[in-house]
Amino acid sequence: MKKLILGLAALALTAGLAAAQTVRMGTEGAYPPYNFVNDAGEVDGFERELGDELCKRAGLTCTWVVNDWDSIIPNLQSGNYDTIIAGMSITEERKKVIAFTQNYVPPTASAYVAASPDVDLKGGTIAAQTGTIQAGHVAESGATLLEFATGDEAVAAVRNGEADAVFADKDFLRPIADESGGALVFVGEDVPLGGGIGMGLRQSDTALKDKFDTAISAMKADGTLNTLIVKWLGETAPTF
Amino acid sequence: MFSQCADPSTLDGLNWLGCYLTTGKHISFYWSFLTVLVLLAVTAPIALAFGFGGAMAARSQVAPLRWLGKGYAAMVRGVPDIVFFLFFVIALDQALEWSLHQVRCPDWTEPIRQGLEFKVCPQAKIPPGDAPQWIHQLYGFALAVTTFALVFGAFAANVLQGAMQAVPRAQLETAESYGMTAAQVFRRILVPQMWVYALPGLSNLWMILIKATPLLFLLGVQDIVYWAKELGGAKTSTFAYPHPDWRLFYFLGLLVFYLCMTKVSEIALGRLTLRLTRGQATMAGEAQRRVHA
Repeated sequence: MKKLILGLAALALTAGLAAAQTVRMGTEGAYPPYNFVNDAGEVDGFERELGDELCKRAGLTCTWVVNDWDSIIPNLQSGNYDTIIAGMSITEERKKVIAFTQNYVPPTASAYVAASPDVDLKGGTIAAQTGTIQAGHVAESGATLLEFATGDEAVAAVRNGEADAVFADKDFLRPIADESGGALVFVGEDVPLGGGIGMGLRQSDTALKDKFDTAISAMKADGTLNTLIVKWLGETAPTF
Repeated sequence: MFSQCADPSTLDGLNWLGCYLTTGKHISFYWSFLTVLVLLAVTAPIALAFGFGGAMAARSQVAPLRWLGKGYAAMVRGVPDIVFFLFFVIALDQALEWSLHQVRCPDWTEPIRQGLEFKVCPQAKIPPGDAPQWIHQLYGFALAVTTFALVFGAFAANVLQGAMQAVPRAQLETAESYGMTAAQVFRRILVPQMWVYALPGLSNLWMILIKATPLLFLLGVQDIVYWAKELGGAKTSTFAYPHPDWRLFYFLGLLVFYLCMTKVSEIALGRLTLRLTRGQATMAGEAQRRVHA
């Protein structure tokens, strides 16, 4: 009996070693519908479902880690997790410090949301999440930029009158504007920004990047990615 | 958690609230209070030990030891907490991994530093990449305790050094004239008498430590402030329990918690002061003696 247990234990141990490497997926957990921490306290959303599927296809075991948006790139570089899957748009600036997979969401529209339709988008005070492409855009547009650690706080700034409007991904703002009961409305034109959303990886992790690229290609080819996009980002969202 | 909470959209009033307050996320929030209390309980004695060591080193007859003690207090006290928390933790983490890398992967050829990336071999990762999440959290917590202890230890060292100097010289000389060695004087006379002088400074430090716990989130530990922010933020119908911005209520809850913590601490420290003053050659000690005499 003892030998049997020992044997089983040894088997379990070696099997554990042989199993696929564990990939730690870093996300913000505060950007619905892309990623958020649900009421059960688990990471949920479009990217959770997508990430789990990609890992399954690539034969990887994945665990989820929540990290502040502000420090999400430095913590990837120092190795606290292996990927960033947090609604991060692919930009030239970010490509200098991290590698991106191909995009898994086509270039999306960013939009302004304000408390009234007649706000001054060019000269007013615009709230945005810090370190996002939207924050960069506002800074260039000539408006006064008000930065917040999370998208939710940027929206709250408009609600309490601190900012005239908030500028963020339209997918993030849509449910907020829809459910505000008319208190918040879209203003101005949509602005196309960035090169779509991709997964961020360390530039030295080329093998891992290839695995995810292959899995994303497969999901694009068989249409499962489009199904996911429609499920989480809505019927009107651009697909592949 | 409860069977009636299966479909939150059908609930209303108190039922809704009851289910809402017992979601998995809220349970994590409640546990994080324990995290903060454990952090305080673990950090305080370690910081005190650091401080005691620092104060002893600063008073040492051996010059290098004295420089070490004084240098420690001066350096850590001079650097802003937040810089310390952002820089030191990363440096400590990387130093540990670098050392382990040298031991476990001597044949590794790739450079560890590649531009901004810090990459050691998988065997040298702390904790290992495939470790369950709670190990990662425990490691983060241990880093937090170390950092807090180091920062607050420096302040405690300064307080304790001052307290040691405040013990009346006559007490020590009397002990020496009885023939006690330097170590005996330190142990039997100096240390028992210094606490009453150290206590006002140490109680200040304790209060500051209580208030400094939200820095935990900088270190990747999900503390009460993180959860209050996360839970209080406006929730759309993507979530099972949609609600507007409720951060005010959550932060009011935290306010009550912190006020209770400081009030309880004040009472406990007041009692400790009374206890430590007994039989001391101070004004308060003398007053106590008169009452009992």
